[in-house]
Amino acid sequence: MLLLALDTATPAVTVALHDGTSVIAASSQVDARRHGELLLPAVDRVLADAGLRLDAVTAVVAGVGPGPYTGLRVGLMTADTFGLALGVPVHGVCTLDGLAYASGIEGGPFVVATDARRKEVYWARYEDPRTRVSGPAVDRPADIAEQVAGLPAVGAGAALYPDTFPDTRGPEHVTAAALASLAAEKLAAGEELLEPRPLYLRRPDAQVPKNYKVVTPQ
Amino acid sequence: MADTRDEPLVLGIETSCDETGVGVVRGTTLLADAVASSVDEHARFGGVVPEVASRAHLEAMVPTIQRALKDAGVSAKDLDGIAVTAGPGLAGALLVGVSAAKAYAYALGKPLYGVNHLASHICVDQLEHGALPEPTMALLVSGGHSSLLLSTDITSDVRPLGATIDDAAGEAFDKIARVLNLGFPGGPVIDRYAREGDPAAIAFPRGLTGPRDAAYDFSFSGLKTSVARWIEAKRAAGEDVPVRDVAASFQEAVVDVLTRKAVRACKDEGVDHLMIGGGVAANTRLRALAQERCEKAGIRLRVPRPKLCTDNGAMVAALGAEMVARNRAASDLGLSADSSLPVTEPHVPGAHGAHAHDHDHVHEVSKDNLYS
Ligand SMILES: [Zn+2]
Repeated sequence: MLLLALDTATPAVTVALHDGTSVIAASSQVDARRHGELLLPAVDRVLADAGLRLDAVTAVVAGVGPGPYTGLRVGLMTADTFGLALGVPVHGVCTLDGLAYASGIEGGPFVVATDARRKEVYWARYEDPRTRVSGPAVDRPADIAEQVAGLPAVGAGAALYPDTFPDTRGPEHVTAAALASLAAEKLAAGEELLEPRPLYLRRPDAQVPKNYKVVTPQ
Repeated sequence: MADTRDEPLVLGIETSCDETGVGVVRGTTLLADAVASSVDEHARFGGVVPEVASRAHLEAMVPTIQRALKDAGVSAKDLDGIAVTAGPGLAGALLVGVSAAKAYAYALGKPLYGVNHLASHICVDQLEHGALPEPTMALLVSGGHSSLLLSTDITSDVRPLGATIDDAAGEAFDKIARVLNLGFPGGPVIDRYAREGDPAAIAFPRGLTGPRDAAYDFSFSGLKTSVARWIEAKRAAGEDVPVRDVAASFQEAVVDVLTRKAVRACKDEGVDHLMIGGGVAANTRLRALAQERCEKAGIRLRVPRPKLCTDNGAMVAALGAEMVARNRAASDLGLSADSSLPVTEPHVPGAHGAHAHDHDHVHEVSKDNLYS
C-alpha cells in the first residue's frame, strides 16, 4: 500500500506518502496565497525523497476542508485528477480530523478551529483524537464561546481568538502526514472514508461584483 | 489527404469563465470538444458569479476529460501534451483548470503548456479553416474584451492594435438585454429579436468613431447609456418599447463599429484576411456585415462555427498542438493561473527552459530546486 495524502484547506500546502505502516516522506509549506504553485512541485519532491514514482501510489487521500474555497479546490482537483490518471481510489478526510489526530489530546473533549476568514472559524468538537462528535461548522467565535468554554482548542483558528479559546494547543496547521496516518488507520480498520468532495459550509457569494468583467460572454 | 498521425495529439483544458471545456486535437484536426456549462446557475444573477463557476469546474472536470477522450477515441497515454488556459480570466476558475492540467500532465509524464486564452480564440480557427495565414488579423469579441490583434506567429507574436476602453461588446449585449427584460445571457436573445426589427429605426451613437479618436479602440459604455435612456424615456411617456427595433438598432451600432475598425486595421496593415473569434462572433448580424464589408474590401473572412467561437477546450488544445509543433518550451509544474496574463504572452514557458520534447520532464523538475 502506498497512500499519497495532500491538503490545501488551510494556509499549509502539505503532502505525505504513507506505506501502510508509517509516513515515509512529507513536505509542509505555509503560504496561503500560493497553493496552486506549490502543490505539484511538493508532490514531486516528496516522491523523489522516497525514491518512488507517482505510479506506485495505490490510493490518494485529500483533505476536504472545510477551508477557504480557492485553496481547498487546488488539493481536491489535484487528487481527483491523479485518481483519473492512475486509476486508483481517491478518499476524503476532514481537514479538522487531521488536526485532532495530530493533537494527541487523549484526556477528554476538545475542539479544533481553523481560520475561516471574515471573522469566523471552521470548528468541530472531538471526544478523542479519532472521534468527532459535532461539526464541522462555521461560526463567529463569540457565538460559540459558551459551547467551547473550558475546552482545550487546537489549530490556528483558535490561536486567533484567545477570548473564545484561552487554552490553545498545537499543532497550528494540519499536516498531510497526520491525514495519511489517520486514513491508513481507518482503512486498516475497514472504516469508510469520505467522498473527496469539498466541505464549503457556506453558500457562494451570489453577487456579480461591480465592474466585473467576464472573459467570455454567452 | 496528408497523413496526420505524426501531428501532435494534445488535450486542452479551459476554465477561464463559466464553461468547463476539454478538447482533443491532432495538429489542426478537431477530435473532441466536450463542454460542461454552468451558465444556467448564473442566469438568475444576470452575470457570471465567480464562486459558482469555480465550484462547477471542480465537479465537472474529471467527467469532462473522460468524455473528451472517449469522443476522440484516444487513450491518455498517447497524448503528446496537456494544454491549459493559464489566463486571462477569473482567478479562482482558472486555478481549477491549471490544477487539473498540472496533475494530469505530471501523472501521465507529458509536457504541460500553459497558454493564453485570447491566442487560443484565434488559433481555434485552424481546426475549421486550416493553418492560420501569417500574419493574421483577429477581431476578438466577447463578454470580457473586444480587441483587435495582429499575429505573425500565434505561438510567439501577438500584438494588440486596439481594445475596448470601457465595456466589452458582449457585456453591452448583456446589459441591454437586462434593460429590455430579456434575461441572461443577452447575446443570443438580442440577436433573435433583432432579426425581426429595423436596424435603422433608431440612430444610436457609434463610439470612438470621430476623426480624432483612436482608430482601433472601442467604447460601448456611451452606447449602452444611450439605449437605456431611450428605453426609459419611452416607458416614462407610457409608450410601448419596440423591443425588436431597439435590439436591431443597438446590435447594428455595435457590429457597425466592430467591422468598420477591423476592416480598416486590415487595410492599414496590408493584411488581406480577417479572423473573428470570441462569443460575440456567434452573432449572425456581425457575421453577415463582416462578410459584406470584407468582400467589398477584398479581404478574406475566417469565422469558426459558433461552438468554436465560445469558450471551449478545443481552442486550448489547438494552441497547445501548435506549441508542440513549433517546439516551444513547456511550462513547469510551478505554473500559476494569471488572471491578467497579457495578450502579448501566447504561452507561459517554464523558468527552467524545459523543452517541449524533453521526455525527462518529470525528472528535470525533481533536479531543480523550485523552493529557493
Ligand atoms: Zn473567451
